Amino acid sequence: MTPWLTAAPILVPMLTAALCVAAWKYPVAQRVLSLLGSLILLVIGGILGRGVMEQGVQVAQMGAWAAPFGITLVVDPLSAVMVFISAVMGFCVALHALGDIDPVRERGGYHVVFQMLMTGVCGAFVTGDLFNMYVWFEVMLISSFVLLSLGGVREQIDAAVKYVCINMVATACLLLAVALLYGVTGTLNMADLSLRVPDVPSQPVISAIAVLFIIAFGMKAALFPFFFWLPATYHTPAVSVQAIFAGLLTKVGVYALIRVFTLIFTGDTAWTHGILMWMAGITMIVGVLGSLAARDLHRAWSWQVVAHIGSMVMGLAISTPLALAAAAFYMVHDIVVKTNLFLGAGLVRRLAGGSTDYKYLGGLFKTAPWLCLLLFVPLGSLAGFPPLSGFWGKLLLVRAGLEAEQYVMVGVLLLTGLLTIWLVGRVWAEMVWKAPAEPPAEPVQPLSAARSYVLILPLLLLSLITVAIGVNPERLMNAAGQVGDSLHDNTAYVEAVLGGSPGRPTLLGAAEVSP
Amino acid sequence: MEVIMALTVGGMVAGSVYLFLSRQYLRVMFGVIVLSNAVNVAILTVGRLTSGRAPLISRGNEVMDQAAANPLPQALILTAIVIGFGLLAFALALGYRAYQEMGTLDTAAMRAAEPEDKR
Repeated sequence: MTPWLTAAPILVPMLTAALCVAAWKYPVAQRVLSLLGSLILLVIGGILGRGVMEQGVQVAQMGAWAAPFGITLVVDPLSAVMVFISAVMGFCVALHALGDIDPVRERGGYHVVFQMLMTGVCGAFVTGDLFNMYVWFEVMLISSFVLLSLGGVREQIDAAVKYVCINMVATACLLLAVALLYGVTGTLNMADLSLRVPDVPSQPVISAIAVLFIIAFGMKAALFPFFFWLPATYHTPAVSVQAIFAGLLTKVGVYALIRVFTLIFTGDTAWTHGILMWMAGITMIVGVLGSLAARDLHRAWSWQVVAHIGSMVMGLAISTPLALAAAAFYMVHDIVVKTNLFLGAGLVRRLAGGSTDYKYLGGLFKTAPWLCLLLFVPLGSLAGFPPLSGFWGKLLLVRAGLEAEQYVMVGVLLLTGLLTIWLVGRVWAEMVWKAPAEPPAEPVQPLSAARSYVLILPLLLLSLITVAIGVNPERLMNAAGQVGDSLHDNTAYVEAVLGGSPGRPTLLGAAEVSP
Repeated sequence: MEVIMALTVGGMVAGSVYLFLSRQYLRVMFGVIVLSNAVNVAILTVGRLTSGRAPLISRGNEVMDQAAANPLPQALILTAIVIGFGLLAFALALGYRAYQEMGTLDTAAMRAAEPEDKR
């Protein structure tokens, strides 16, 4: 495969954003471009994924600088899976946005910023350089700031203030962690770091830096105790924005945690992965309790985003090949389901007259019976009903936990699943079975047929994916197994990046750093 | 020299944490400015402090002199400054907008997104 293909997940959305800027005054052209760009990204994600699964890790050295000196783009099985599923979400949300985004937000540059967000997300997935990862996080972050405050509604501005504050601190932590790691090893290339970190004479320093990484990425991933910004913000922006945030942003944090704690910090696992285990367990419990306490559909889903981050990090904390495969499987399932749930909640809000507070919900089975059927798929998958995708994700995690003798964590996971079923039952009762509220919060705006098709089609696509994973989990399980093996034994990754050349000079000057 | 720099960074971080404890949005932003500058100084320090040797390869040599300054931290700091500047500009504009919208910059009084329960 050519290096161009490895860089394409960054280039395609970036180019799309640039073209959308060129068509600034023509919203219709921007819509077409955004949809087309997302479709191309999807195709490229598919080709790249197939190539990586068949031929192994793909590497591109930017500017032809050899590995530890320049910036390397690496697509290993985990990156490939993440890029592909993100591209699927990007396409579905771009489609939904055609019917959802109002002219004010469109004139404010929604399509441009959405494509830049996808650039940042894909960039973070494919980069093999720690500082470069920081830069892609920033690209993603500034785009998410704009998307969150775009439209300028009062709630959005309030939410954006909190989101901006916490993320500025998280950014500084991440930069400091990267800088300190560079200081003790003299390199920023992640493959090179994985070779050099074990040779650092004072390992406690490495453990301290690892904790700084947990804090920095934990804030991005909304892990306990850094999660409180998420339920405060995710319910405020436009529905398409909520869906892409819920689907992708926190998962980029989880991806970064998985990457760093399988490739670089693998020495003192009792300490680092122990911390992650505690955080994962408490995140699950707190997230699911918060979702039960919320009296609003959007906010309940926001808390559920937090809860399920815990499940993925549990897979990372156990860190056996099976557990890492389970985390990858769960991540794919969760991205699809959460995007679907937030899009669905947006539709329910339209039908309930502008509010998803439980007291305005009800009677959905009378007003939109087919939508109920469609919404049952992500709800059932969230609760883990077989044969939907959530069941297999939980099954893999439980098996991995039992094999590693982490009985408490398995108990926490199952308890979280039980409480989630309670939440799903309550939501179903409030939304579908209850008599509708009289009068609705605001008069319900009737939708044109074309617009409602555009709004529903992404839900249908995402539900089909969930059912397809549930009915035939073997393909995704094989891919996840490959991800787990490649994360557990990272020699293929390191060799692909560095080409197995020993005795390279460091960036600082060999005398000072090498052991 | 490293000790002085380390103490400076520590002092700046302590100051920024003190500012973060304020409920006023602007003070928090000042804290962010101090913290990002502290991190930039930290990058400079961990990249080895040297004086008087520019990172240039002298004529006839193929590699740089061991005692030369490390050019990479400066590139990193430049990137970090540019990014921090962009974020800060957005954050300050957002603060102004928030003041227009809610008439206050006291973050504890901003309850539009999470209204208090009236039950």
